[in-house]
Amino acid sequence: MEIVALMKQVPDTETQIKVNAQGTWIVEDDIKWIMNPYCEFGVEEALRTKEKHGGTVTIVSIGPARAVEAIRTALAMGADKAVHVDDAALVGTTDSLGKARVLAKVLESIPFDVIFAGKQAIDDDMAQTGAAVAELLGIPQLTFVNGLEWLDARTVKVNRQVEGGSQIIQCSLPALITCQKGLNEPRYASLPGIMKAKKKPLDTKNLAALGLDPAQVGKAGDTTEILKVELPPARKAGKIVEGETPEEKASKLAALLREEAKVI
Amino acid sequence: MAQGVLVVVEQRNGAIRKVSWEVLSEGKRLADQLGQEMAAVLVGGDGISSHAEALGQWGAKKVFVAEHSELGQYRTNPYTRVVVDVAKMMEPRIILMGASSTGKDLAPRVAARLGVGMLSDCVAFELQDGTLVGRRPMYAGKLYAYVACKAIPQIATARPNVLSKMEPDPSAKAEVVKVSVQLEDSDLIAKVLELKEEASGRPDLTEAEIIVSGGRGMKGPENYAMLETLADLLGGTVGASRAAVDAGWRPQSDQVGQTGKVVTPNLYIACGISGSIQHLAGMGTSKVIVAINKDPDAPIFQKADYGVVDDLFKVVPPLIEEVKKLKAE
Ligand SMILES: Cc1cc2nc3c(=O)[nH]c(=O)nc-3n(C[C@H](O)[C@H](O)[C@H](O)COP(=O)(O)OP(=O)(O)OC[C@H]3O[C@@H](n4cnc5c(N)ncnc54)[C@H](O)[C@@H]3O)c2cc1C
Repeated sequence: MEIVALMKQVPDTETQIKVNAQGTWIVEDDIKWIMNPYCEFGVEEALRTKEKHGGTVTIVSIGPARAVEAIRTALAMGADKAVHVDDAALVGTTDSLGKARVLAKVLESIPFDVIFAGKQAIDDDMAQTGAAVAELLGIPQLTFVNGLEWLDARTVKVNRQVEGGSQIIQCSLPALITCQKGLNEPRYASLPGIMKAKKKPLDTKNLAALGLDPAQVGKAGDTTEILKVELPPARKAGKIVEGETPEEKASKLAALLREEAKVI
Repeated sequence: MAQGVLVVVEQRNGAIRKVSWEVLSEGKRLADQLGQEMAAVLVGGDGISSHAEALGQWGAKKVFVAEHSELGQYRTNPYTRVVVDVAKMMEPRIILMGASSTGKDLAPRVAARLGVGMLSDCVAFELQDGTLVGRRPMYAGKLYAYVACKAIPQIATARPNVLSKMEPDPSAKAEVVKVSVQLEDSDLIAKVLELKEEASGRPDLTEAEIIVSGGRGMKGPENYAMLETLADLLGGTVGASRAAVDAGWRPQSDQVGQTGKVVTPNLYIACGISGSIQHLAGMGTSKVIVAINKDPDAPIFQKADYGVVDDLFKVVPPLIEEVKKLKAE
């Protein structure tokens, strides 16, 4: 089976975000970069799919040179090969549709039966790319999946989280699946895995090599635009509810919630 | 020329979901500012058209209704086809949906089919020279961005529980336009076998106005009964930190945070939760935060509006009694 995992490198969850002097974007120095945690679920599910049905796992990622580190991590986890799209015209683009066009173009040139992606990237938090890629490829999408079972090598049954429950969906391949917590426990890259990853094929392509026009899918072609960014207003220091006993504190808290905050 | 606002109304099992009232209210405000009209599109199974006229009370002048036996449950492809058909028919300037599990699945698919960008999960909107600008959290709420859509239609999803609802006008009615649904085989590849609803009967975390949440400090699954009692008294629901979920004390669907659910209740009561950055990412925009924690240095106290420094096992039971008294008044 031809299995693809879309993967993005993002700032570590704990990164403290600083805004640049113009207030237009963040300062990217001193950031520790990691594989998007949701993409980890996707890479893991791709590997499990290969373990079940055989085949090849290909990682596809867009990003600057530093993204190679996250790609090597995915290869060290067990993926077979990778395509890395790196082009100056893509730097600073914040447009999911443009990125989806690039990814879809890569996917037109490699065979695939199933594509895994994260449910969203934890930097821009947009949750658009998976669905847009599926649309551009004209295949079904199964999003926010936290459970998956193969009925046979061409049919998957998934659990899709919805408000207050889940949808159980059956779908035949090809399909794109966006993954979230609950689906699996991503494995760590083993030491032999890390050694092997260095020799695995990593194909770096720019937009021209993909036959794409930088004016259309690069920053110049963005369909959305960030006008400004700001840090959230600091929450003002709260009140510590004082009291001699826990009962007294509970009673004061209830009164404050009713009379001052007016929430109960 | 593109005109007006189109709101995609969301239903489940034939009942319109709460987020739709919020999005309709926002759609009406934006349409008024543009001096244009709002329309709605309602997609569902047999009988769904019975809701259409009443959407006029929420400001929709026109309601496009797509009723079809294959559309009872939300499915990506058939719903995309209908919404795109309506968008082509109406040519709206703006399309709005809720950032629910449905809207998050549907909106980017619709946007890609129309070849336009979109704004995800916005918490506020404004118009700048007729261009839709959304305020949206990024980096799990550590940053806010003001983002504009460059192409028409401008598509956005709105985070549930954040936008204010208008007062419906009981006398207003909408013109109902039936949409004929023509599905292709390719639309029906993915089949919804079942919609499993959780049995608790409590509201979903993303829609709840009050959440009582418990973390590692709860010590074990049995102790959540006390949080359930408090939540039920308050008409709310129960959440959990990742530590509690990973320990197997609560289901994954209860997890609040970056890798769980993002919630925006009026009141969030965090019991035995330290307030890690990943947890705050999920509940940091709650209107009022209460923390009950025995460690005075727990980071949650820096975000809490009201903090109780004490053993939660000694504070929650009398709190339940106090709430009972207040509710009896
Ligand atoms: C990529 C990533 C994603 C993550 N996503 C999430 C997420 O979505 N949601 C999430 O919650 N976490 C998430 N985490 C985990 C997060 O970093 C914390 O580990 C987790 O939130 C801690 O949960 P906790 O506050 O319940 O436990 P702890 O940090 O152990 O805190 C327990 C608290 O309970 C208090 N306590 C103990 N006993 C009592 C008592 N008797 N009375 C009162 N207080 C008591 C203690 O003082 C302590 O402050 C994520 C981590 C990573 C790396």
